[in-house]
Amino acid sequence: MRVVVLAALILLQVAPFMPAGAVNPDEMLADPVQEARARELSKDLRCLVCQNQSIDDSNASLARDLRVVVRERIKAGDSDSQVMRYVRDRYGDFVLLKPPVQPSTYALWFGPLLFAILGMIGVTLFMRRRPASLAPPALSEAERRRVELLLAEVKDGDGRLTP
Amino acid sequence: MITEIGHLALILALVVAILQSSLPLYGAAQNRAALMQFARHAAIGQLGLVLLAFLATTYAFVVSDFSVMLVANNSHSAKPMLYKITGVWANHEGSLLLWILILAVFGAMVAGFGRNLPPTLRARVLAVQAMIAVGFIAFTLFSSNPFTRLWPPPIDGKGLNPLLQDPGLAFHPPFLYFGYVGFSITFSFAIAALIEGRVDPAWARWVRPWTLWAWCGLTFGIALGSWWAYYELGWGGFWFWDPVENASFMPWLAGTALLHSAIVVEKRDALKSWTILLAIVAFSLSLIGTFLVRSGVLTSVHAFATDPARGVFILVLLVIAIGGSFALYAVRAPTLKGGGLFQPISREGALVLNNLGLTVALATVFLGTMYPLFLDAMGSGKVSVGPPFFNSSFVPIMVPVLVAMAIGPQLAWKRGDLAGALGRLWAAFGAAAGIAMGGMLLTGGGDILAVLGLAVVGFVLMGVAIEWAERVRLFQAPLAESWRRARAIPRAAYGMSIAHSGIALVMLAIIATTVWRTEVIQVMRAGEQVNVAGYEFAFEGVRDLNGPNYQAQRGTFQVARNGRFVATLEAEKRFFPVENQATTEAAIHTTWFADLYAVVGDPDGSGGWTVRLYHNPMVPWIWIGAVVMVMGGLVSLTDRRHRVGAPATRRRRAIDHGMPQAAGD
Amino acid sequence: MRRLLYFLPLVLFAGIAVYFYLGLHRDPRAVPSALIDKPVPDFALAPLAGRANGRETAGLATADLRRGEVTLVNVFASWCAPCRIEHPQIKHLAEVLKVRVDAINYKDKPEAALDWLVRLGDPYGRIGADPDGRAAIEWGVYGVPETYVVDRQGVIRYRHVGPVMPHDVEQVILPLLRRLGR
Repeated sequence: MRVVVLAALILLQVAPFMPAGAVNPDEMLADPVQEARARELSKDLRCLVCQNQSIDDSNASLARDLRVVVRERIKAGDSDSQVMRYVRDRYGDFVLLKPPVQPSTYALWFGPLLFAILGMIGVTLFMRRRPASLAPPALSEAERRRVELLLAEVKDGDGRLTP
Repeated sequence: MITEIGHLALILALVVAILQSSLPLYGAAQNRAALMQFARHAAIGQLGLVLLAFLATTYAFVVSDFSVMLVANNSHSAKPMLYKITGVWANHEGSLLLWILILAVFGAMVAGFGRNLPPTLRARVLAVQAMIAVGFIAFTLFSSNPFTRLWPPPIDGKGLNPLLQDPGLAFHPPFLYFGYVGFSITFSFAIAALIEGRVDPAWARWVRPWTLWAWCGLTFGIALGSWWAYYELGWGGFWFWDPVENASFMPWLAGTALLHSAIVVEKRDALKSWTILLAIVAFSLSLIGTFLVRSGVLTSVHAFATDPARGVFILVLLVIAIGGSFALYAVRAPTLKGGGLFQPISREGALVLNNLGLTVALATVFLGTMYPLFLDAMGSGKVSVGPPFFNSSFVPIMVPVLVAMAIGPQLAWKRGDLAGALGRLWAAFGAAAGIAMGGMLLTGGGDILAVLGLAVVGFVLMGVAIEWAERVRLFQAPLAESWRRARAIPRAAYGMSIAHSGIALVMLAIIATTVWRTEVIQVMRAGEQVNVAGYEFAFEGVRDLNGPNYQAQRGTFQVARNGRFVATLEAEKRFFPVENQATTEAAIHTTWFADLYAVVGDPDGSGGWTVRLYHNPMVPWIWIGAVVMVMGGLVSLTDRRHRVGAPATRRRRAIDHGMPQAAGD
Repeated sequence: MRRLLYFLPLVLFAGIAVYFYLGLHRDPRAVPSALIDKPVPDFALAPLAGRANGRETAGLATADLRRGEVTLVNVFASWCAPCRIEHPQIKHLAEVLKVRVDAINYKDKPEAALDWLVRLGDPYGRIGADPDGRAAIEWGVYGVPETYVVDRQGVIRYRHVGPVMPHDVEQVILPLLRRLGR
């Protein structure tokens, strides 16, 4: 819904919009533990007609139907993964907001780790490239005088060598 | 008539922009002062013309001239005046016009305030700015003309999506564009520097204020958007990781990294080619964001929203702008010689770590946002990448960045003393450990991640405080001495401390509200009461009333705590007949430490109403924290070294004293 | 080697631009059915009460689609505007081309659906009424209209989302039906 709305800000077209989403009291399960499970599962299921919104956030009628189905399966004794499989068997991977880990999503799931490793290698190489010794070359007489001047200036500042 | 004047002005602006993008470049290459000088006049003239075009469109909206197609499609005579005006940019064509206007404003600011830039650099910067303007004005005129007439004019307009008739969203785009377009200046500086083959601390000093401005605008714009979602969408969510949000968040991450790496260039003459790359990337991501939102690649609302012609046009612009600058980068960046050396444990080292973290986070968000598209384009199936992915990947990446945020400022430049820094931070470690243990006890070890998150927040906040206390030698020197030191600390340093505290506040609020929020959804009848996190909500029922262009049903709750009155909450459902759409207006009462949030849903047909009541702890601090961040940026901008176009060092200022700063004129 | 590194952003962007270009021509909302090449799901729907005489008065269930006949299953509703747009094509398929077309009447009031069929024509073989949309979920329906092609063995071969237009009939559905041996 939010995508629709923000897109509408800039595109002209707005899908029929129904604000105030989420679960309705009449759908809820009596058992609070089961209901809590249903809520958590609903958050990971995509409302197919409202693009990028979970069925927990949407009151599109399909989202409502799916919420009811999720609760129906829970009541029938399904485990969480069985419920998810039930919905996925009917609507495909697209319905899962958390994509399954499978060959086609390896790049997605392991990408961030790869970025971090590559980044660290890059930073290490960058640091290595620079000589570890930071012994400065000897100062010339003129430089020494400037340093003294600068230090005098810094002293009345915050006392650190931050310019 | 006025519309035609606006149209003409935009056409002239295109002509001016074409001249401005070419002549000064030639002038800079040939060292022809007059041609370089032309860039300044052109930039100011362009602002005048674009402003005229923008005002003409605004006028059409204000007087509801439905013979203008844009007005007929997006406005209505019964709309309140505020939304007639903000309606100008609440649509594709008008928002482009706003984009171009802000671009022109920034260009004119460089022309006006950049007086002590070297003339060749200024000419090149303005020329690059003009190239961007040419692209966008051409796009507007040829594929999204806001001045198109409609004959015969309809009796009345189609109205504006009521969700956009809201102050939060009305002012969200201008700030967002301010940020996006602000990065165009850093981009232009980067390209100009590549053309000149020269990046030095002075360059970084010119660039930093612009980056800061853009960053402040973007931060505020994103915060406004998130705030709007929170109060308008009716279930208290504030961030959804959807592509449109990510499109604005990615430039923010790049801009934040740029802000930090430019410091290293300025202070230490290092990380030059990396900073240039970030400047290009930040603006490229702004452009890509524009592409994503407008082309329908990711967010199409069925086929009619998608206009492939527009998408192809923007894609061509992207390829020219981004591809061109990366090509230039590939050729010229290797010639930029790195300067200052430093050890891994140093202020620079911490800033590099910051950049590493932000870049990895940026790459992750990019990957998650684009992945469905990539997979689909390869024919490997359709997947959705939603909040579960982003939460589980983005958050761990940001933790080291936050920790570095507290330690980095303690380290000296070039070669830092990590043990000493950590030693000074003992109180921060203490605070973190205290929060962690207290949290474990209070929650019974339930939400370990949340408690650890809060510990990091405490560490950062204490770290910021310690850094300041160390600087002023609080309690180590006489108070008068500390006071004198406190006043001597540069504003930029204060800006940093404030902005870092802002981040910590945002984190704190997000953790608290995500983990400890209370929700009650049930059917209530008038006279019934329900307890939400210790607050008694008494429902008084629903009555009908009429707004200026909508009909509303208003539900009233009296909220009390321990028998004492707290607030009256009036939540509304509004129906807009012109647009045939409904909105919810959540009723929110903030205690500063939490929001009480009430929404009225549908009637059950027998006198009851579905109500959704929430207690959202700390949630206001998400936006207060964001405002604190912006304030940090603004404070930093008042630092004399950050004044736009004030590159002269103190010493040079002293020498130049009394002379008009007209180096380039 | 180090110089080559500076070309990396350009190369990455080139790749991204290609994907953007490909993405422009795709509808991000078109979701492929998870049931392609899977047997028709288990479902059983009551008939649409009160259909005119001479029509099949049975409902629609899984077994009806496993009778060795290639069948189109059209999900429709009287309240759905695009259904009206596709209806002439559905009629053409059933009445002129003699394709067996069954239907699932999605979340509809029986009297409204009957009225709709009387006015626009009733080309369907069996119609199952799915007032709460529960059977549609078994099929993975996410909007109306949708049209499925089921082969002789009762395996779903194709799903069309949105109204079936004449070019869809010519270019997709008829060739597919021919391949399935009808």
